[in-house]
Amino acid sequence: MSMDRRRFLEVAGLSALAVAGKRGFDALTDGGRAEGATERRPAARWAMVIDLRKCVNDRGCTDCIAACDRAHNVPHFDERAHEVKWIWREPFEKAFADHGSPYTEDAFKSKSLPVLCNHCDNPPCVRVCPVKATWKRDDGIVMMDYHRCIGCRYCMAACPYGARSFNWLDPRPRVKELNPDFPTRTKGVVEMCNFCEERLAKGRAPACVEACGEQALVFGNLHDPGSEVRRLLRTRHAIRRKPELGTGPNVYYLV
Amino acid sequence: MVALEKALVGNRRYWTWIGALLVVIALGVLSYLRQLQFGLGITGLSRDVTWGLYIAQFTFLVGVAASAVVVVLPYYLHNYRAFGKITILGEFLAISAVTMCLLFIFVDMGQPGRVLNVLLYPTPDSIMFWDMVVLSGYLLLNAVIGGITLGAERKDVPPPRWILPVIILSIPWAVSIHTVTAFLYSGLPGRHLWLTALLAPRFLASAFASGPALLILLTMVVRRLARFDPGQEAIQKLSLIVTYTMIINVFFVLMEVFTVFYSQIPEPMSHFQFLFVGLDGHAPLVPWMWASMALAVISLVLLITPRYRANERLLAVACVMVFASLWIDKGMGLIVGGFVPSPLGHVTPYVPTLPEVSITLAIWAVGVLMLTVLYKMALAVREELA
Repeated sequence: MSMDRRRFLEVAGLSALAVAGKRGFDALTDGGRAEGATERRPAARWAMVIDLRKCVNDRGCTDCIAACDRAHNVPHFDERAHEVKWIWREPFEKAFADHGSPYTEDAFKSKSLPVLCNHCDNPPCVRVCPVKATWKRDDGIVMMDYHRCIGCRYCMAACPYGARSFNWLDPRPRVKELNPDFPTRTKGVVEMCNFCEERLAKGRAPACVEACGEQALVFGNLHDPGSEVRRLLRTRHAIRRKPELGTGPNVYYLV
Repeated sequence: MVALEKALVGNRRYWTWIGALLVVIALGVLSYLRQLQFGLGITGLSRDVTWGLYIAQFTFLVGVAASAVVVVLPYYLHNYRAFGKITILGEFLAISAVTMCLLFIFVDMGQPGRVLNVLLYPTPDSIMFWDMVVLSGYLLLNAVIGGITLGAERKDVPPPRWILPVIILSIPWAVSIHTVTAFLYSGLPGRHLWLTALLAPRFLASAFASGPALLILLTMVVRRLARFDPGQEAIQKLSLIVTYTMIINVFFVLMEVFTVFYSQIPEPMSHFQFLFVGLDGHAPLVPWMWASMALAVISLVLLITPRYRANERLLAVACVMVFASLWIDKGMGLIVGGFVPSPLGHVTPYVPTLPEVSITLAIWAVGVLMLTVLYKMALAVREELA
């Protein structure tokens, strides 16, 4: 793993302290409008960097997917129509239709890569939800309230990445091994990747990141100039899916 | 409610009709109970095609509802007397169409028990929130207008003066319901069939063609079944409206086709390819879309030629064609076509299932039942006065 647990805990802990400290300071100084507090230090901005040179997804590795499914009680349906997916494999030409040319075929056509919710800076799914069942946190994670969702699926029409799944049938009988620490869902609600916010809260890296034996998945805070994700984005060429749509995706792919 | 007792008397044919509608509704209710139990997996919908028959019917019927404005506007704003007798028919058509719209949204919900969340957590960012506001407002407006004007007619007095501003308000409101419904689709970044500023104008043009075409057919039916004559002039004027709006609608479709295919940008083209020639070996909608095109062309020939349009039998044929053509275009192609190919380029065909079709037919039957009862009331009041 590119970021060991100690380093991760340090960053997460410091970020949390900084946010808490700032809030306390704001409260004492009239909502942060006092002199010296005008420059608001933003909260963490979580992002993922996927190194396609290291990822062996196309050689049949599904460690990240299996870890996510286990951690989040993701059900397995045989019919493609009813699939529920948080992180899954997609051929390069599907995930990056606008990137390849006829001559890059050998290098990339066979390549498949993990795709997941991009936790956009400007998420269309959040914009369209009629009941605020999906919303963006200050640290950029797009969240989902399974208890408020009315199942209208407008967010699925709005997401340009196909990142959201609907529970067409009762998912509970289709969960392979139940993880009692994470809720199961009911039929008729939408779900998607939550960047493992439940693990971040405990200072742990996302399940997929931890599970990757190749350390191809790196997770971190974009607002911390010293973070591993920032270092990778500084030194390597990274692409994102459909940035031209103005969504501001936060999953980066190193090519 | 005004004159409701008029709907409780009728001849054998009337009750057979009501009974048949109730059977269709009962079958649909049974299918819906199964859907409630199993989940929306009982439909042909999938992870890639998340909206289908239900939402497409909703979209089409918003147009039918909005079209009441083509009789209301000339009658109340321009004092066009020939529409005097059919204005109430237009308003009642709007009431039953909006009711069907609301039912189609309801059966499409994964968690129908949480429907009130839309009111508990109002979200002005969401176009769906605004759609709910304008649709329920439109239902209320037409129910008040229809009830008050019919009540006044029954007492043989002019309607109260305060109703006129309400009627005037219903005119832009009618335009708003279909505009907002178009915005549901045209504001989504990754759906290239819908991502066009022409969507709302196209919706309005097709609505103002299909709605009045249906109204012409309804007045013809009503004329046969009851002692009611809407007048030759009203039908001919309506047919002229259908002619122009249908021409505008086809013009808009051709505008879209030009922009998409001359620019040669792959993503917008792929949706048209799926609809009209098929994509990746999947072509479920191809015969339907070409049928829609053929019906549009033939109906235009019948409508544009004055001799044919004046012939009521041919006019009826043309109206059926307009309605069928636009139902296929909007009630099938436009919604499903927007989902195929998916944002990732996958082609997932969608075919509605039997329970899905049964629920859809039942909601149409609810609308027809409402329309029957409302028209029966309106006509009975007229017969009483005559």
